Amino acid sequence: MIGPPAAPRPRVRPAAPPRPRPTFAVRFLRTPVAVAGAVIVGGYLLAAGAAPVLAPGDPLAMASQALLAPPGGPHPFGTDQFGRDVASRLLYGARVSLSVSFASVLVALAVGGAAGVAAGYFGGALDGVLMRSMDVIFAFPAVLLAIAIMAAAGTAVWTIVAAIGVVYTPQFARVSRASALAVRGLEYVDAASALGAGTGRILWNHILPNIAAPLIVQTSLSLSLAILTESALSFLGLGTQPPTPSWGNMLAESRRFMALASWTAVFPGAAIALIVLGFNLIGDGLRDLLDPRLRV
Amino acid sequence: MAAFILARLLTLLPVLCGVSVVVFLLIHLIPGNALQMFLGTQVDMTPAQMDELRRLFGLTKPLPLQYADWLGRIVRGDFGVSLRTGRPVLPDILARLPVSVELTLLALVFALALALPIGIASAIRRGTAEDAAIRVGGLIGLSIPNFWLATMLLLFLPGRVLPIASIGVYVRFFADPVGNLTVLALPAFSLGVVLTAVLMRFVRSSLLEVLGQDYVRTARAKGLRERLVIDRHALRNALIPVITVVGFQAGYLLGGTVVIEEVFALPGMGRLALNAIAQRDYPVVQGVVLVIAMLFVLTNIVVDVLYAYVDPRVRYR
Repeated sequence: MIGPPAAPRPRVRPAAPPRPRPTFAVRFLRTPVAVAGAVIVGGYLLAAGAAPVLAPGDPLAMASQALLAPPGGPHPFGTDQFGRDVASRLLYGARVSLSVSFASVLVALAVGGAAGVAAGYFGGALDGVLMRSMDVIFAFPAVLLAIAIMAAAGTAVWTIVAAIGVVYTPQFARVSRASALAVRGLEYVDAASALGAGTGRILWNHILPNIAAPLIVQTSLSLSLAILTESALSFLGLGTQPPTPSWGNMLAESRRFMALASWTAVFPGAAIALIVLGFNLIGDGLRDLLDPRLRV
Repeated sequence: MAAFILARLLTLLPVLCGVSVVVFLLIHLIPGNALQMFLGTQVDMTPAQMDELRRLFGLTKPLPLQYADWLGRIVRGDFGVSLRTGRPVLPDILARLPVSVELTLLALVFALALALPIGIASAIRRGTAEDAAIRVGGLIGLSIPNFWLATMLLLFLPGRVLPIASIGVYVRFFADPVGNLTVLALPAFSLGVVLTAVLMRFVRSSLLEVLGQDYVRTARAKGLRERLVIDRHALRNALIPVITVVGFQAGYLLGGTVVIEEVFALPGMGRLALNAIAQRDYPVVQGVVLVIAMLFVLTNIVVDVLYAYVDPRVRYR
């Protein structure tokens, strides 16, 4: 076959590239603390998602022949005072507790993040009004404010989400305001503005990526607080209402029978502690990873 | 200093106003209306009678006016009357205040007593196995729900120790100090564990930061013994910011008392509020929330003043 000879490859040896900075995923995987947390949280999410498959039984089905049955056999975590399977209730409870917590932190992140960016970027009177309102929320002990809101607004699922969301909004506002304020004065923002970028574009493309790190850390830490708050509310009878299982109301219901059946009190609390630990581990790991200034 | 305190008080004025607005609006958030709640379902009334009652309670006025009336009464110490007992709300709350405050203070003392030495030891032995163990312990302490810890203590403490946890026999401190502390020991411990973990972690990182400062290097370079470097130079500066963290965490403690009082059946403000919520006795709920929030704000003023006292730089900012 005749044809033009292939052009010889230029034999230029490229200069050894500078060793690329490992990607975020790689650095995350090299942080044992964060990985441990991710494994725990991932495990919970899987378990909650697969609850219908994993659960040994119906979380609401009562069985009069197996009241307060100890762990073992068909009931790996025992049964409660109505003969309901504790393991199944824990799994379905995970769905409730996790989705309420995620939803409420999402609310706090959206509202608080937006308020903080607006306050930090625009400053002036808007800053004053927004941050003073945040100070007001901050002036209440978190659990107390959540209790008060639940007492006034009733115990629907969305009120739980709103109550916990409101309570943790100021932290997000403060974090994002501080970051937006720090970034606002930098040259590249001026440059973008000089090039004719609109406010929305500057906020989205230039401010947001630079405040993402502290917001992510805050999200992880707030998730642990949201889980604790949801379970405290449910424990007090002001959160998720029976018979829908949540870890907090399981613990509350167990109190009258726990002397006879310690497992009904041990497992729900352990479930809360472990997932909270998971979020705290991720939060600590991410903080070391994303915000070197805070590393010690 | 007086000027500093005054300035701090003035900046808190708008916050206090905001707090009162939120507490006032809580009642108006109630689905249905508060008057109907008050009357219950048993009472039949003609619309005309209802209107008369509304006028009597001042509920026909515009909301801002109602707020002004309400605030005027609060400022004069009139927190309204309980819908259940008909008694004024404030004296009942104040009678229960000491229990909650004592519980909060005991938890704080417990946390400080434990967190300071452990945090310092952890920082000094940075990177050793002990440090790692302390850090893991701190994270675990941070993750245990206080009401579960309390429940587990009640469930598993051996009978020999359990008299400490005898429930519902609260005695006032001045009537029987030993008995009082015995009853409050476990509640304070349950409440204090999370704070211990928070403070311990903070003391560790704060001390590590200070240990990296130039003046610490200078102290070491001039041949000062390590013990003295830590005591004289590092600790003093590392512990100042701890005051601020305590101020923030006072909110955790005050909110936590509500839950812990319920677990241990202690007659504090928190349990008063929870009972009131169960009975839809909203003036009592409102009163307790307002009192606790004011306590929290007050704590933070005290913290600010303390801070300015220990760290003179603050006063000149």
